[in-house]
Amino acid sequence: MVRWTFYIALVLWLAILVGLKLLVRPPMPVSVLMIYMTLSTLGILVFVAANEERFQAFVAPLRSVFEARAPKAVQALVLAGIPLLIGWGAWLRTAPSWDAPFEPRVVHPEPPSAFTSHGKRIDAAALKNPLRVGDPAKLAQYTAEGKTIYYQNCFFCHGDALAGDGHFANAFTPIPANFRDVGTISMLQESFVYWRVATGGPGLPKGATPWLSAMPVWQDMLSEEDIWKAILYIYEGSGSTPRTWEEEVKHDKH
Amino acid sequence: MTQATTPSAFQAVKGTYKGVVKISLMLTATYLIAQALSSILPAADYRSLFGFSNRTAVWIVAELHLMFAAFVLGVPIFAFITEIVGVATKERRYDDLAREFTKLLAMAYTLTAVLGCVLLVLFIVLYPKLTGYLSGLFKPTWLLYIVLIFGEVIVAYLYWYTWDLLQGARKKWHLLLGLLVNLWGTALLFVADIWVTFMMSPAGIDDANNLVSLWDAINNHTWMPINIHRLLANVAFGGAIVAAYAAVRFLNAKSDEEKARFDWMGYVGSFIAIAAFIPLPFAGYWLGREIYQFSEQMGVSMMGGSFAWLWILQAMLIGGLFLASNFYLWLGMGRIPGGERYNKFQIGMMIVLTVGFIVWATPRSIIASGAEMAAMGGSHHPFLGLFGVMAAKNTAVNLMILTTFFSFMLYRRGNRIPTVSWATTGKIVQALAIAAAAAVVVGYGIYSYFVPSITRIGFSVYQVSAVLAAMAVFVAIDIPLLKGAKEIGAIRWGQIPARAQYALFFLAVSFTWLMGLMGYIRSGIRQYWHVYGRIMDESANAYTMTHGHATIIVSVIVVIFFLLVSAVFAMATRYDSPPNPRPVGGGDGSSAADAASMSLAAASLGRPGGSGGAQVEAKG
Repeated sequence: MVRWTFYIALVLWLAILVGLKLLVRPPMPVSVLMIYMTLSTLGILVFVAANEERFQAFVAPLRSVFEARAPKAVQALVLAGIPLLIGWGAWLRTAPSWDAPFEPRVVHPEPPSAFTSHGKRIDAAALKNPLRVGDPAKLAQYTAEGKTIYYQNCFFCHGDALAGDGHFANAFTPIPANFRDVGTISMLQESFVYWRVATGGPGLPKGATPWLSAMPVWQDMLSEEDIWKAILYIYEGSGSTPRTWEEEVKHDKH
Repeated sequence: MTQATTPSAFQAVKGTYKGVVKISLMLTATYLIAQALSSILPAADYRSLFGFSNRTAVWIVAELHLMFAAFVLGVPIFAFITEIVGVATKERRYDDLAREFTKLLAMAYTLTAVLGCVLLVLFIVLYPKLTGYLSGLFKPTWLLYIVLIFGEVIVAYLYWYTWDLLQGARKKWHLLLGLLVNLWGTALLFVADIWVTFMMSPAGIDDANNLVSLWDAINNHTWMPINIHRLLANVAFGGAIVAAYAAVRFLNAKSDEEKARFDWMGYVGSFIAIAAFIPLPFAGYWLGREIYQFSEQMGVSMMGGSFAWLWILQAMLIGGLFLASNFYLWLGMGRIPGGERYNKFQIGMMIVLTVGFIVWATPRSIIASGAEMAAMGGSHHPFLGLFGVMAAKNTAVNLMILTTFFSFMLYRRGNRIPTVSWATTGKIVQALAIAAAAAVVVGYGIYSYFVPSITRIGFSVYQVSAVLAAMAVFVAIDIPLLKGAKEIGAIRWGQIPARAQYALFFLAVSFTWLMGLMGYIRSGIRQYWHVYGRIMDESANAYTMTHGHATIIVSVIVVIFFLLVSAVFAMATRYDSPPNPRPVGGGDGSSAADAASMSLAAASLGRPGGSGGAQVEAKG
């Protein structure tokens, strides 16, 4: 088995490449494929080189080619194939494309320490949802009202299932946030979500620009209370909970 | 600092006195230069350095100072551990190893002090207003710092100069000195961390930034997590530098004896580096959690905002460290008779390591073309996005840690066959411990996608605890299991492929790069604040630079550091006498692993004696 190390490694490498290309849906972006294939190659090479017997078996076919012991046809194939492959790779990277250039985006925009909402200066660190009350009946009532507000205002972009797939969603690039995704609102405190809703796209920070967001400045259209109610609903409706810090309640240092 | 014969007590005191004079002169010169420049230069809040960015100047000098400080704090910890191991196992080569590295400290201390003095002058001259505020706020800690510097210098020099004097029955006093060096060094680290952490997470001041409570300012949110994180990192760093030094010497070795010696030295260095490295992610996680708790804005900047991509670079480096350390251990198994019995586990371990690496390196926000984004429906992939969050990454890193630990344990067992009656049962319990930990890690990893963030964070504690518990159970069984074990053969030190040495060198470079990169993130997330949320940076350099620019500066610092360290090593070893081969007893890696794990984990003693190995006397 060990004597076939080179060929097993080659087949494994190709199988990973084909598997990632064909089995992952929607297709994996090239940048991620590059990372995955680089690491897979590294893993295979490290495994091969970590044992002298395997390593010698791995390099034996290469040696036979580069030391001119392999059949002429194989030598020609390898010696011509390597520059051709590199050339093909160079062509793929530099060939003109009609595709729009990529726009790197950070995961979450950075919230400011303070911002203005409804004419008031708000300290983001101290901001809490005043409607997230302990009384279950009241909380349910606020959430139900939030649901109405959501369907009157947010539903068209963020969708019925709160998955960022509303009727207008595909008109935007990028599409609206998917609240059911574990990487969106469940990662964030409600104060962050309030800031994003109240100040919308124009309120995004200058850091990591350009930002593309069609989010309206909702403080111009909704009251403070309505925004908080809508926030209660998007958490409830998407089955997620806001990020909290238990310790903050117990011993706040700052 | 080299010595050919055993020095007398007088010589020890004289050498120490010289060290104190040297540091006194440096501090005096720093004070005079800073005072002179401050009085000559026109008053300003900020100054530039001959047109060079004040921020970059301070950055480079501060990072180099920190790296050398890590070196001079890490190496004594390494030396102290190996010295204890030498006493416990009665193997002289450990004592020689500790001595050889302590020898390097004098020059490294001098360089650290010079860099520290330059940094202080730069602070006072380039950032006079901020430095004035901080020094006023933390005056008592500055005084304490100076006292600690003198204490550290005195004890460290005594530690070196009395090495040969305090042998035999007097060895305990030398160990006490070693302990004091490390206590003093740790205290220095803790004091320096006060200033840096206050700038990140200020506390103990009122709305006008006046001091209300010095203790609150010291004991701010991030102080203790950074203390612990840096302390562990220093041990890992010290071990990695030792291993890299040994690797270079191995590659240049002219004889089999030399190769054997430096092969063994590289193994001990890497063992201590990896042992300290394994709990490091846990300490880092604690620090990250404290940052989030102090300020969500800062936390989001760090993990999800403009600094998020640097964590992919971090994942690449740490993933590379895991691969390199396993690679080194597996290659090392080739020189252990009987080690081939465990080759069958390598394929499974490599799959876990590679898949873990892939998950860890998966970005949450993917770089994609317009067509790719349209296909994904945004910048997040609906499936791969699941790997981009901490739930997946925590699971991956815990499994990688567990796998690396398993590699270590197999290496340790390489040439031994347990002879105790309960050997089979013991091995089954060990296997179950590993399997249970893996199940807990994976189970909580999956479950954490379905719970609120605060619960999810709690799950990471269970994952870490499961891994640590499995390690503790495994080691607790392994020590009695291998007591009196049958030995298949002696380790053939020196008979390891040269490529293993490049893995050791990679460890040291990666550790250093990581320090620079993580240091930049930690400092950079303050963005346009000197003291976060309190004192704004109003200089022209108060912007977050591109990742490309920042990482180039970090890389340049790493190159400078290695050039300087190489100079230190070259000068320290320049007058080394040719080594005299001298065989000693007890020379296999199993006892090295035993002994090091004993001193690190306070486990029972490794077996003294053993067989094989070659040793040469280091002459200073």
